[in-house]
Amino acid sequence: MTIISFAVALVGFVIFAPVLGCLLAGVDRIVSARLQGRVGPVLLQPYYDVRKLLAKENRSVNGYQEFYIVLSLAFAILSGVFFFAGGNFLLVLFVLTLSSLFFIIAAYSARSPYADAGAQREIIQIASYEPMTILLCVTFFMATNTFNVSEVFNRDLPLVATLPLVFAAFLFILTIKLRKSPFDLSYSHHAHQELVKGITTEMSGRTLALVEITHWYESILFMGWVALFFIWNTMLAIPVVIIAVLLIYFLEVFIDNTFARVKWQAMLFWSWTVTIICCLLNIIYLIVLGYLG
Amino acid sequence: MSSTIKSPWLIHYDASSCNGCDIEVLACLTPLYDVERFGIINTGNPKHADIFLVTGSVNERNIGVLQQIYSQMLEPKVVIACGICACSGGVFRDCYNNLGGVDVAIPVDIYAPGCAVRPQAIIDAVVAGLGVLEEKRAAFAATGGKLAEKPVLASGLSSANKIVDGVSVRDAAFTKAREASKALASVTDRQEGANND
Ligand code: SF4
Repeated sequence: MTIISFAVALVGFVIFAPVLGCLLAGVDRIVSARLQGRVGPVLLQPYYDVRKLLAKENRSVNGYQEFYIVLSLAFAILSGVFFFAGGNFLLVLFVLTLSSLFFIIAAYSARSPYADAGAQREIIQIASYEPMTILLCVTFFMATNTFNVSEVFNRDLPLVATLPLVFAAFLFILTIKLRKSPFDLSYSHHAHQELVKGITTEMSGRTLALVEITHWYESILFMGWVALFFIWNTMLAIPVVIIAVLLIYFLEVFIDNTFARVKWQAMLFWSWTVTIICCLLNIIYLIVLGYLG
Repeated sequence: MSSTIKSPWLIHYDASSCNGCDIEVLACLTPLYDVERFGIINTGNPKHADIFLVTGSVNERNIGVLQQIYSQMLEPKVVIACGICACSGGVFRDCYNNLGGVDVAIPVDIYAPGCAVRPQAIIDAVVAGLGVLEEKRAAFAATGGKLAEKPVLASGLSSANKIVDGVSVRDAAFTKAREASKALASVTDRQEGANND
C-alpha cells in the first residue's frame, strides 16, 4: 500500500461508499417489499431517513454516546480505506473490530436494560463471526503467501477457486455482519422486535443517523470482501465481480426475508460448526494442493 | 419539501382500545395498504418515532404511560388519535374509570374517527399529520433547534381534572354524555313501546 493508493482509496471510499451503500440499502428495502408482495418505499428512502434524523431535536442520553458512535464510524471508514487501498488484511480486520467495540461501548454507556441486552447480543455476534474472520486471514495467506489484499490482482485464478469452502463459510457469517435475519439478534432493521430496538434503543436523532451511515460504509466494505474472492488478473473480472456481488446481496436479502430469527445459542453453534468444518477441509485441500503442485 | 415528511416513523400505543382499532393499524402494514410506500416504518421505540398513533381512550392507569411516551419522543412530533375512543372516549365514555379521549393527556394534532377506524382513514390521518409535522419542523428549525414551547404535562394531574366554569372537564363531559344517553334511551323506549303496541 503506497501513499498514493491510500490517498485515492481515502477520497474514493469516503465519497462513494455512502452513496453506494445508501443505494444498496434502498434496493434492499424494495426487494424485501416485493418478496413480501408489497410495493415498498422509493429507492432513496434510506437517504430521506438519515436526512430526517439529522433534522430532529438533538438530545442524547449522555454527553459521550455520540462521541463513541463517531469513533465507530471513523474506524469503519479507516478499515474500508485500508482495504480498498489494497493494504494488509489483518489491519483491516483489527480496525473493523475496534469500530464494533466502540458501537458496543456506546450502547452500554446509556445504562438502559434494552440497550444493555442489545450490546450483550452484539458481543455474542462478534464471538460468532470472529473465528471466521481470523481463519479468512489465515487461508488468504496460505493461498497467496501475503496479507496484502492487492495480491488478488496478480492471480491467474480467482480466490474462490482455491478457497471455495472458505467462501461458503464467509457467506454464512456475512449474514451476521450485515445484521440480517436469522442472525439480527442485536438490532433489526425492519419492524420492531422483542428488545424494542436492541443496541440502538437509546440512540436517536443525529446519533442514529451516524449509525445508519456507518452501516452503509460497512455494507460496501463487506461487498468488497465478496469481490475479493472473484478478482483475478484479467478485465473479465470486472463484470464477474459486479454480477457476483449483486447476486450475493440478493441472496442475503432473500435469506433475510425467509428465515425467522434464531436464538443466540443456535447462532453461536452453527457459525462455529460451519466455520471450523469448512475452513479445516479447505486448509487440508490447500496442503494437498501444495504437495501436488 | 423536506425529508421529514418523506420518512415518518410511527409508534403505536394501545391505550384501552377494544383491539378493533389496533388490528386496523396493523392492517396498514400489510401488502393491501402497504404504508411503507410512504416511507412509514412502525417502530417500537418512542425515541425513533415522529408520529404517535394512539388507539383507545385514556384512563387513570394509562395516562402516565401516554405522557411518558409522548415526552420521550423528539421534536418535531405529531399525535394522531385513531378511532372514536381515542378521539372522545367513544362507547367507553361513561365507564367509571374513563377519562375521555387522548387529548385529556397529551396535545392531539389529528383526529381520525371511526369504530373501528378504517385503514384508509388512518393513512389519510397520517398524510394530514405530515402537513402538521412539516409545519412543526419549520417552526423548530426557525428557532435554531430550540423548542418554541414545551407542553407542560403535570404528572398525576390530567387536563381532565382542569376546572372550567366551576366544573371539572371530566364531570362536564360525563354530564353531557349521560344526558345524551338518556335522550337516546327515551327514543329507544318510545320505539320499543311502539313495537309492543
Ligand atoms: S373506536 Fe371502536 S374499534 Fe376502536 S377501540 Fe374504540 S370501540 Fe374499539
